[in-house]
Amino acid sequence: MTGAGVLVLEQALNGLQFGLMLFLLAAGLTLVFGIMDMINLAHGSLYMVGAYLIATAAAATGSFWIGLLAGVAGTAVVGMLLEVTVLRRLYRRDHLSQVLGTFAILLMANEGVRMLWGSQPIALNPPAFLAGPVELLPGFSYPAYRLLIIGVGLAVAALLYVGVARTRLGMQVRAGASNREMARAMGVDVRRLFTAVFGVGAALCAVAGGMLGPLLAVQVGMGESILILAFVVIVIGGIGSIRGALFGALLVGVVDTAGRALIPLAFDRWLGAEAAASAGPALASILIYLLMAAVLFWKPRGLFPAHG
Amino acid sequence: MTTNPSTPSPGVLDHPLRARGGLAVLVLLAALPPAASALGEDFYIGLATRILIFALAATSLNLVVGFGGLVSFGHAAFVGLGAYAVGILMQQGVASAWVAWPAAVAAGALFALAVGAVSLRTRGVYFIMITLAFAQMLYYLAVSVKAWGGDDGLTLPGRSVVAAGFDLASDTRFYYVVLALFALAFMGIQRLLAARFGHVLQAARENETRMAAIGFPVYRYRLVAFTLAGGLAGLAGALLANQSGFVSPALLQWNQSGLLLVMIILGGVGHLWGGFVGAAAFLLLEEVLSAHTIHWQFALGAVLLAVVLAAPRGLAGWTRRGEGA
Repeated sequence: MTGAGVLVLEQALNGLQFGLMLFLLAAGLTLVFGIMDMINLAHGSLYMVGAYLIATAAAATGSFWIGLLAGVAGTAVVGMLLEVTVLRRLYRRDHLSQVLGTFAILLMANEGVRMLWGSQPIALNPPAFLAGPVELLPGFSYPAYRLLIIGVGLAVAALLYVGVARTRLGMQVRAGASNREMARAMGVDVRRLFTAVFGVGAALCAVAGGMLGPLLAVQVGMGESILILAFVVIVIGGIGSIRGALFGALLVGVVDTAGRALIPLAFDRWLGAEAAASAGPALASILIYLLMAAVLFWKPRGLFPAHG
Repeated sequence: MTTNPSTPSPGVLDHPLRARGGLAVLVLLAALPPAASALGEDFYIGLATRILIFALAATSLNLVVGFGGLVSFGHAAFVGLGAYAVGILMQQGVASAWVAWPAAVAAGALFALAVGAVSLRTRGVYFIMITLAFAQMLYYLAVSVKAWGGDDGLTLPGRSVVAAGFDLASDTRFYYVVLALFALAFMGIQRLLAARFGHVLQAARENETRMAAIGFPVYRYRLVAFTLAGGLAGLAGALLANQSGFVSPALLQWNQSGLLLVMIILGGVGHLWGGFVGAAAFLLLEEVLSAHTIHWQFALGAVLLAVVLAAPRGLAGWTRRGEGA
């Protein structure tokens, strides 16, 4: 394959991979936002807690897979406990109280993790047999572990889609997202539904944390920057919409990844190395915010608004 | 979907600054440096300066969020711009406060005008996200411009110069300048809220449609308030740069915007004293807790959580009589 072809294919796969992981975070966030009209800044903390639990369980058992399962289950429990003890009290409050309350939880989660695991990043190693590259096409190889992330992301997304589109719980979730009062009037126990949604959302966060953990560092505060991206995703997709979250996540993943890879290259070619080194990364980082502003300009309620 | 900031008492549009209370606070604040020096605790002068600067920034944010009903998540952009204005001018050899501070105010106000012009067309959560987006763009710009220090930021050679012989290097003198500016800004905002402008702004928060229907150009009122808040935040940024002698992209980051929001929610959204009380409470808590444990952020989070669950209207809301849940 030619150099340019390899680059494009590689960036497309990287974008897909990042987009799918963003989707796992955005799915829970958008449901909480869509159904309960709740801003949850602590959502990124579940991603962090998930990564730590998985890394610890993996180190204790010596198996990445057992660690992943145990960590995801543990995070789901943490998420449900959080919902029952604290977050439930914030649903009826205004957005600002929710911001303060969940910010407080974010602080406590960060410091709690620091108390338990220390300030240094901890290691989470992918299974040894996935360490190398795989030749996908003649002349094009791609890291096996990243392929696994894509596979897991697609599988979880499909599972979630089936769950939301085909199961009773999913029907209630959809009903709640488009009209909470009506859903309640039709006999949906929104309280219980919500604890369940929180557990699922937390589990999805943990999967993302566990899969990205070996690539990015497992460290305190790892949830914050990705949380902002997840918010961008759900706003672009339309709040409360799973389909919107998936589409928004893939869009943001691909645009962000491609921008980081291609803009500096383009600048280098047309404007010189000086401009490429300074302006390139800045424009690449700004790109998704420009994308969001543009989407909201033409579609003020996002691409797939869930509310009628 | 609408965002309803916790209004202290819907229907109350006047926020009087009672001479007795206001004057007492001013006298206490003015007496602080000699008292601190007498006790040999000069450190508190710096802390109090920081509190006043953040109180200025938070009060300006409260004008938009609390009284305008517009939850802006990008206020750090205006603070950071003000700080960078001072830093960049000083880098160019311009140390005069008479040039740098107005420039900081202008930079904050102009950017706020541009951001507001676009963002105010949206509502609720979308407004939150658009203001965040603009602030993030500025943040990444600051990170990347190497001439302005990039990631490392700019270290300032000294404080701004007010006049020959009037040196701001003295912490006490700087404190009084900050106190004077804060007091002026605070009174200005109070006057504005008590005037027709403030009434329109708050009435539009309560019922935008009705205000528009009876002929008030709501968008224009909000844009003016947003621009004004941006200018005051720019001033706070200029003072912050002067106090710390350092300007970096961290000032523009989203968690700084979040911090200012937390301060006013803690203090009391839509309460005249909310920004001041919130900034003081937050920074003092931070100070006290960090002296006792390295895990002070955990305790800080616990206190904030307790406040949000126990005092729905913030600390300043407690003092208001006849407060309901």
